[in-house]
Amino acid sequence: MPDYTLKIRRYDPESGDAAYWQDFTVDLAPERSVLDGILRARDQEDGSLSIRCSCQAAICGSCGVRINGKSALACNTKLSDAAERAQRGGINNEATSNGAIVVEPMGNMPVLKDLIVDMDAVHWKKIQRVVPWLLPEGEPPEREYIVDAEAMIDVTQSMACIQCGACVSACLSMEVDPEFIGPAALAKAYRFVGDPRDAHHEDRLRDLAEDPHGIYDCTHCFACIEVCPKDVAPMSQIMRLRRRATGDYAIKDSNNGYGHEKAFVDIVERWGTLHEAQLLPRSFGDGSLVKGQTRPAAVKQLIDSAPAALRGLARGKVSPRKVLIHPKLPDQKEVRRIYEEIEGRDERIELNLYIVGEEGEGGADDKEPVQGESGAES
Amino acid sequence: MRVAYWPGCVSRGFTPELHGSMELVAPLLDIELIELDRANCCGAGVIAEHNQELVDTLNARTFAMAQRVAGSAGMMNICSTCQGAQSECQQRLDADDDYRRLINQHLRPEGLEYKRGDDWTNKNLLWLLVEEIGLEKLRERVVRPLEGLRVAPFYGCYIVRPTGRLGYGEFPDRDRYLEWVIDAVGATPVEYAGSHKCCGFPVITMNKATSLRQAGRHLADAIDADADCLVTPCPLCHLNLDLQQPDAAKFVERPLDIPVLHFPQMIGLALGLEPKELGMGKHVVRTRDVERKVAALAAV
Ligand code: SF4
Ligand code: SF4
Ligand code: FES
Repeated sequence: MPDYTLKIRRYDPESGDAAYWQDFTVDLAPERSVLDGILRARDQEDGSLSIRCSCQAAICGSCGVRINGKSALACNTKLSDAAERAQRGGINNEATSNGAIVVEPMGNMPVLKDLIVDMDAVHWKKIQRVVPWLLPEGEPPEREYIVDAEAMIDVTQSMACIQCGACVSACLSMEVDPEFIGPAALAKAYRFVGDPRDAHHEDRLRDLAEDPHGIYDCTHCFACIEVCPKDVAPMSQIMRLRRRATGDYAIKDSNNGYGHEKAFVDIVERWGTLHEAQLLPRSFGDGSLVKGQTRPAAVKQLIDSAPAALRGLARGKVSPRKVLIHPKLPDQKEVRRIYEEIEGRDERIELNLYIVGEEGEGGADDKEPVQGESGAES
Repeated sequence: MRVAYWPGCVSRGFTPELHGSMELVAPLLDIELIELDRANCCGAGVIAEHNQELVDTLNARTFAMAQRVAGSAGMMNICSTCQGAQSECQQRLDADDDYRRLINQHLRPEGLEYKRGDDWTNKNLLWLLVEEIGLEKLRERVVRPLEGLRVAPFYGCYIVRPTGRLGYGEFPDRDRYLEWVIDAVGATPVEYAGSHKCCGFPVITMNKATSLRQAGRHLADAIDADADCLVTPCPLCHLNLDLQQPDAAKFVERPLDIPVLHFPQMIGLALGLEPKELGMGKHVVRTRDVERKVAALAAV
């Protein structure tokens, strides 16, 4: 059996020493997991090496760590794959690994000991923030709630979450804004906003849209989608929350989330390509150019952002002419027609790749790939 | 090689030097650009957030136009965000025949149709350069190796994640290409924490602090790693890293003064083009030091 070297980040707050790296070499079959490697190192070399784990089958969500810089479940990552990645060199490993598999505690959460992070202080606190239980209207029915199975398809993806925190660990907005509600909690929020039994969709959305660390604080970096072991695609759930907030409830939030989306979509409808000079004023005015240049709060934001625009003008990046006049596409009427055909309909059509599968050959008669409103993107 | 060329909105808007330098660099690499000047915005993730059917139709329209360019090797873009936004739509269009038919119905009045084809591709210049043109050929064409120039790569999220959608199965090293190209043009790739992180641009109007703390932090890390400049294949990243750099400095409370090159500009320098023709004077952060270093390098 091959030898694998694990380079593990150690830290013991009681010792008073700083964190340090320690190498362990374990002799295990390639298909065994990184968790097996860590447990073997603990059993054979150092009983104080600490990690949380239980199911060892990617179900309980307790063994989240960073392997070669990438957040993952230790029990769900093969030693051979991790070693191959390490040989190639991880991206931005903090340690020079010399081919060793680098294992660190998850990011964005305080370390309690070795590979154990404080999930309560960050992850669970944020989950609580979104009121993660059903808020139905009125008295509960005598027996169970009856829901159309179709109506629940939309939330199955967010229900697949095992609360491992890998997405929280990888989130690039949270790295600079620890108050960001974050991917796991927002995916959980969608689980209720998409549930027909819940009676507080609009309140939930308004709350998350108005919070400066809510749905409009996600920087669309795909890190959570990349690392999630259960394909929950938290960012896609956040985009659904935004879509519902703007499209279904027209919630005009003070973070300009509504304005930015409306401005962008309207500009492309009108010109076909992005007219950047109008994007900011329209964004600050809930999508309206006039409001964006007259409403006091919008004007203040516009002035705050003026230096960047002036710098652009000064360097000849943009000419005054370009600011004022933006050419329409030659066939702009076709773009408008497409908008009318699609936006003129009441339902939104989405293809749910999580449900139909990414490798779908398509065309099979027994499946229903296109759903009104409640579809999902991967 | 002839390609159906989609420059994107920003390269003809707020970063005209990007489109300009691409046009100069293309012939030096034997790329013939057939510009898709009737195509529309890719949606940059925002139209996707608004309505999926709409964004898929808009991009299917662009693909259909690209597929009609006779003799083209495929479609080429010069923006990480276009790449990611369009790959997302292409994945859905290719995954399901019924869905593709539905989308194509919207294109029919214009006489267009997007056809799924396993060998039809839409590639960013970065991918095209490494996978189709080849680094060997690039090396042969270099007349001014950028020796001594320390360049920090900055990819842009949309071209590195999610790997499943962006062809990393077939091309696992796509998250390495910038370093490879920097090396091929004779410069030194700089390792630093931010190379594959987010520039923060998508939330600049919604949360300026989150946005510019990201940009500022990556710029600072590149400075601390002794980089002379950054290079990026994404004009939106360029906006946050260059145009917004003076503001970003305030958010990270330290001076920042590091130029950011567009990907074709860096190649252009190595192929013998001059900073001025590559539009480097249009950057907000002065590129003087880079220009001085380049000027000191004798053309071979
Ligand atoms: S996409 Fe949004 S929620 Fe997901 S990791 Fe990035 S910033 Fe965080
Ligand atoms: S969304 Fe995915 S990565 Fe995040 S906690 Fe749930 S299972 Fe883990
Ligand atoms: S031990 Fe349960 S998910 Fe890894």
